Amino acid sequence: MIERRPALTVLSHLVLILGVIIVAFPVYLTVMASTQTAQEIAQHVPMSLLPGGNMLETYRVALFGGKTSAGTTIGAAGPMMLVSLVSALVIAIGKIAISLLSAFAVVYFRFPLRSLVFWMIFVTLMLPVEVRIGPTYEVVSSLGMLNTYAGLTVPLIASATATFLFRQFFLTIPDELVEAARMDGAGPMRFFWDVLLPLSRTSIAALFVIQFIYGWNQYLWPLLVTTDESMYPIVMGIKRLVAGEAYTEWNVVMATAVLAMLPPALVVVLMQKWFVKGLVDTEK
Amino acid sequence: MASISFKQVVKRYGAGKSSVQVIHGINADIRDGEFIVIVGPSGCGKSTLLRMVAGLEDISDGEIRIGDRVVNQLEPAERDIAMVFQNYALYPHMSVFDNMAYGLKIAKVPKEEIRARVEKAAGILELMPYLDRKPRQLSGGQRQRVAMGRAIVRQPKAFLFDEPLSNLDAKLRAQTRLEIQKLHRELGITSLFVTHDQVEAMTLAERMIVMHGGVMEQFGTPEEVYSKPATTFVASFIGSPPMNLLHHAPGLEQGNILGIRPEHLDLAEDGWSLLVEAVEMLGAERLIYAKLGPDSLIVRLHEGEQAPRPGDTIKVKPRTDRLHYFDAKTGGRISS
Repeated sequence: MIERRPALTVLSHLVLILGVIIVAFPVYLTVMASTQTAQEIAQHVPMSLLPGGNMLETYRVALFGGKTSAGTTIGAAGPMMLVSLVSALVIAIGKIAISLLSAFAVVYFRFPLRSLVFWMIFVTLMLPVEVRIGPTYEVVSSLGMLNTYAGLTVPLIASATATFLFRQFFLTIPDELVEAARMDGAGPMRFFWDVLLPLSRTSIAALFVIQFIYGWNQYLWPLLVTTDESMYPIVMGIKRLVAGEAYTEWNVVMATAVLAMLPPALVVVLMQKWFVKGLVDTEK
Repeated sequence: MASISFKQVVKRYGAGKSSVQVIHGINADIRDGEFIVIVGPSGCGKSTLLRMVAGLEDISDGEIRIGDRVVNQLEPAERDIAMVFQNYALYPHMSVFDNMAYGLKIAKVPKEEIRARVEKAAGILELMPYLDRKPRQLSGGQRQRVAMGRAIVRQPKAFLFDEPLSNLDAKLRAQTRLEIQKLHRELGITSLFVTHDQVEAMTLAERMIVMHGGVMEQFGTPEEVYSKPATTFVASFIGSPPMNLLHHAPGLEQGNILGIRPEHLDLAEDGWSLLVEAVEMLGAERLIYAKLGPDSLIVRLHEGEQAPRPGDTIKVKPRTDRLHYFDAKTGGRISS
């Protein structure tokens, strides 16, 4: 804003503070609930907004599983988080690798029906997972990939969005750079590794964050392709805690939710440095 | 080092009936170690010709030889040449050292030799303090030198320059021009230099190729091109201000064009009678824009001559030994 009017400053801060409260309050509630016992939450309506004294016990149960004081058996969140981590990483890295290569092919190679291929990739943008979920399930189950990491990740890896993004980025790289590399004797793959990849670093970082969270938050697809408890991702675990037993241990549910939020938050915080770096040194 | 020769070189885009021919059979022999400038207006095919030598464009017809090898089918890297691009085309994520070393690294030159060669080139180009910097931390002139350094370390048979000075400001351009000349004297490598700037062409070239519409109009030393232009195009393109081309000069044969440079017209008591339209004062020179009948013409005043005012009528005498005659139909020079 160029204008400096006190009233405007107050108003804009008011809006921002309100926004922060709306976003932050549920998270705060979750964290607070996870520090109390199930009884405390059940007895006080509305629940206390101050930290309780049961934090260590709640998180121990949530992470490693076991019997709560009320006698409910809780499945351990630790292994589920590992499943989530592995699939989110495979999905994010796989998406980036495939999109980089397909964008590279579409932009730098002349082959028959090149634009048709590109538009075919592009059209899949119009079909979200939910629309093609039936046939995809059919394929995955016929290939015997139910209850495997392959089943959890492979169908989610192909990405028109990322391909499109890299294509747009590659198109901004000047032709002279490609020609200079040819004069230097760099073959296509050499050019890809030595020039394109380093230049795409910041886009890769941005995509990694987005795709990691996308992979981590998958719910519907794992629900379909996993029946074995050892292959459940954490997001499904939360749902099972709520619906599974007659008596819901809300403190454990909330602790599990906090645990499920941590890795994506960590990824965002860590990669934010890269974003800023990417913004500061514009290398083009 | 090597000679470069063009034999009936043709470039066509597209195929069949819809193809467009942009270069119409170039023939030229460039001697080993020569500095050749290819000059012409934009769209004349000069850059395309250079890119055909580089291997970045296919050769539709004819052949190009570098040394005694026909290079038509060779990849750019196999032609043993180096190119300096208009926008320098430095790798933005690599340091100056890595930019210069990249080609050698791919060619699997031993590490110590890469270091030695890069440092030698950096020494020549005064880039030693910048070897660890990234291109974005350098000024335009320094980037330009890195681009030249990248060409030098390859120790190629020929250098190709594609308008390397057009992104520099006027002062830096003059300075870099001198540096390129010095470099060429020291290294003696055959060079092809493309530009649209005739001053650059005149000052740098040992011999120059003037191109127009995909045709080589003249190939000769700057002296020859200036004093004996082969066509009306060359006459009007080389020299600033350009040569006057008169269709209706007194005593001129029908169907001919008379060419006379502005500096070869002297104010006199009698002679051609001109109507002055404007006078330009450019510091070292003063130019008179005038009309001779229907023809426009420029006269360059010599020192001590009194400048007329617009609307005046003046008399000028052309130096008879500096007259050029061209055929109005073909534009070609009529010998003499």
